[in-house]
Amino acid sequence: MTAIQKKSDNPIAHLTPEDIEQLGRELDAIRQDVLDSRGADDAAYIRKVIKTQRGLELGSRAVLLFSVFPPAWVLGTAGLSVSKILENMEIGHNVLHGQWDWMRDPKIHSTTWEWDFATPAAQWQHSHNQIHHTYTNVIGKDNDLGYGIMRVDEDQRWSPFHLAQPLWCFLNAVFFEYGIAAYDLDLGATIKKKKLKDPDFQRRAKEVLAKVRKQATKDYVVHPLLSLPTGSFLPTVLANFTANTVRNLWGNSVILCGHFPEGVETFEKRSIEGETRGEWYLRQMLGAANISGSKAMHIMSGNLSHQIEHHLFPDLPSNRYAEIAPKVKALFDKYELTYCARPFPQQVYSAWHKVFRLSLPNGWLATTNVKNAPQQLKLLYAMSTKGPKVRRAAQARLTQEARRKEAAKSKAAEKETVAA
Amino acid sequence: MSTTLELPATQAPSARLRDRLVRVAEAATTPLVPADYLDLFAPLRSGADLRGRIEQVHPETRDAATILIRPGADWAGHVPGQYVRIGIDVDGVRQWRAYSLTHGPRRDGRIAITVKAVPDGLVSNHLVHEARPGTLVHLEQAAGEFVLPDPGEGGHAKLLFVTAGSGITPVIGMLRNLFPSTDEGVLRTERLAHRDQHSAPDIVVIHVAPSHPDSIFIRDLEALGEAGAIRLVARYDDQHGLLDLADLETWVPDLQERRTFACGPAGLLDALQAHHQERGLTVTTEHFRTARVEPGEGGTITFADGKTLEADGATPILDAAETAGVLMPSGCRMGICFGCVLPLKEGAVRDLRNGEITTAVAGESRHVLVQTCISAAAGACHLDH
Repeated sequence: MTAIQKKSDNPIAHLTPEDIEQLGRELDAIRQDVLDSRGADDAAYIRKVIKTQRGLELGSRAVLLFSVFPPAWVLGTAGLSVSKILENMEIGHNVLHGQWDWMRDPKIHSTTWEWDFATPAAQWQHSHNQIHHTYTNVIGKDNDLGYGIMRVDEDQRWSPFHLAQPLWCFLNAVFFEYGIAAYDLDLGATIKKKKLKDPDFQRRAKEVLAKVRKQATKDYVVHPLLSLPTGSFLPTVLANFTANTVRNLWGNSVILCGHFPEGVETFEKRSIEGETRGEWYLRQMLGAANISGSKAMHIMSGNLSHQIEHHLFPDLPSNRYAEIAPKVKALFDKYELTYCARPFPQQVYSAWHKVFRLSLPNGWLATTNVKNAPQQLKLLYAMSTKGPKVRRAAQARLTQEARRKEAAKSKAAEKETVAA
Repeated sequence: MSTTLELPATQAPSARLRDRLVRVAEAATTPLVPADYLDLFAPLRSGADLRGRIEQVHPETRDAATILIRPGADWAGHVPGQYVRIGIDVDGVRQWRAYSLTHGPRRDGRIAITVKAVPDGLVSNHLVHEARPGTLVHLEQAAGEFVLPDPGEGGHAKLLFVTAGSGITPVIGMLRNLFPSTDEGVLRTERLAHRDQHSAPDIVVIHVAPSHPDSIFIRDLEALGEAGAIRLVARYDDQHGLLDLADLETWVPDLQERRTFACGPAGLLDALQAHHQERGLTVTTEHFRTARVEPGEGGTITFADGKTLEADGATPILDAAETAGVLMPSGCRMGICFGCVLPLKEGAVRDLRNGEITTAVAGESRHVLVQTCISAAAGACHLDH
């Protein structure tokens, strides 16, 4: 994709400013409907999910005390994996969004909640709630576009580092919780700016390390030691590692599906200057993608399968997204916008496809064929090893060539239709 | 028995072991705490946050009910006349209110409050009409100075109670404790039997209510009156017209000798206070419903350090405070990130997105966390920041 404002077929060009404000009012009305009917049933829902998750965790950990027996290991590990996923997705993510603050229950509140994840809640809230949800998909503002380790948009400048981005993406998926912790800490940029001595950074880094240590002690020391009497120390270590990894892979996949699949739009920085509420809504509508699927899919994804609805109304209780989704979809249809929703495998494929595709410079694949492959590889090598000047020049040429090719192709297609 | 001092060393190992076990449990449950799991099974256990379980809802009149609650193990007991603050979820939202304890320490350890459903009263209507046995409520320890003086310290043997409407509730708690009653009537306690030996207090109760059937505990009061435990002067607005305090000395000629306790609406208490002051008498009063917070447009915002500022009804509190030089937590500035929430201790704010009003009544709702970036002052606000 390319920032929406640069596209030749800008999908919002047909909307007048009045249309956009009217759209905003209609979305406000959907939000208000939920607020007006929010009540005891919703509160009962989140309490039930929390109770179920805690019960599942206790049960699974109890079974893992005997994890030297393979069936117990399988059962306990599966239970713990599901429990950790529920805790992170449907509970943690949503409580930390303030979706349940309205209950005024100090135990289920965005200001008091801490989750079973390496990154401290408060740091995640800053980078996620404040930065990502406010500046969603604005290139240069929303670091979630590739987390600083990947290029997921044509408008993000290519660098040799991106050649290996499928590997970065894979590693980030496996060690997702640590990846997010480093991301929330802004570790990459801090290293680059040589600000590791900054007292604020040091304080936050200390918080992260303390949290990581506590988390690791729980999963890899305390519970294994409790399993020691049955000789289940190592199986319990492995069970916890497996559960954490399953949760990491799942959480990462769901999150990739939210913003990276083809069809999701990005935005230029200057486009959000003086952005109205209607325009903000519109950006959220086009900046997210849904996963269509079953109720189980919705719960296990923390209702991020309704990423579009979540981005429009990040503070509405997650259990209500499914109910408003048809109304939101109807607004997409009414305003002739594309509601990006596909089943899980397709969205995951689409996101990974983009990660692979954009690991190469823009236009490189399009201009490469069997005949010129050696020259193209040489060019790529030059772009990777020589300085930014060479890279810029080569990139300009690639872009131009690709455009020419594209133009030739459409001309040929036109001729064909005329001939037909 | 010898009086050997217990050596600290004999106590330390068990305490140390306990400490260590607690630390292991904490390490095993982080980022939660062991209590989060224990609460699933034993919410009323010792060491838990103080809670209670509603066991019975007993209607008193058509709009009042007595709620019998089994408090958690850490309930420290109460003195008749005291109140308890109860947190209960109404429409999913935790609400806190204070109610007088109407049963005086009971042998079965249960506590009771009697609630009158007031018009538009969110919590009182819920408790009277919706609350079901089995519901978990949140409690604070009993509190309040509206209690009888200790008779051992030469306390007043002659008392006057002036109660209006649900103002009877703390007084019935005191009376029931002095004169235990059963369904069959007031028990003739030792105290009552020996009235002439001035060990039992001489009590007059002036009770004011709109009408006889609307009067909570009227049967208990009448029974106490018939048994000679109290002298009851019941005044019903529909029969006797509105109460005139000028008549007080007609009903209670020995007013000068009595100590007065009064509970009811603020208007009555103020009048009674003035009446007593004129005569050089004092009155101990109790009233719960502070003036309601009436939302307006804009208002004075007060911060914890005493700093104040004037804000209009269209400017978010965050902007107004920052303009005035107050350091405020902030985030997205559009109401989505919850990075700016602050506790509103008292006052009302308006959500600028949809006009919704959020109020916090001091001593009633505890603090309410509000998003300052989308909330404007709707009257005077006290922020704990």
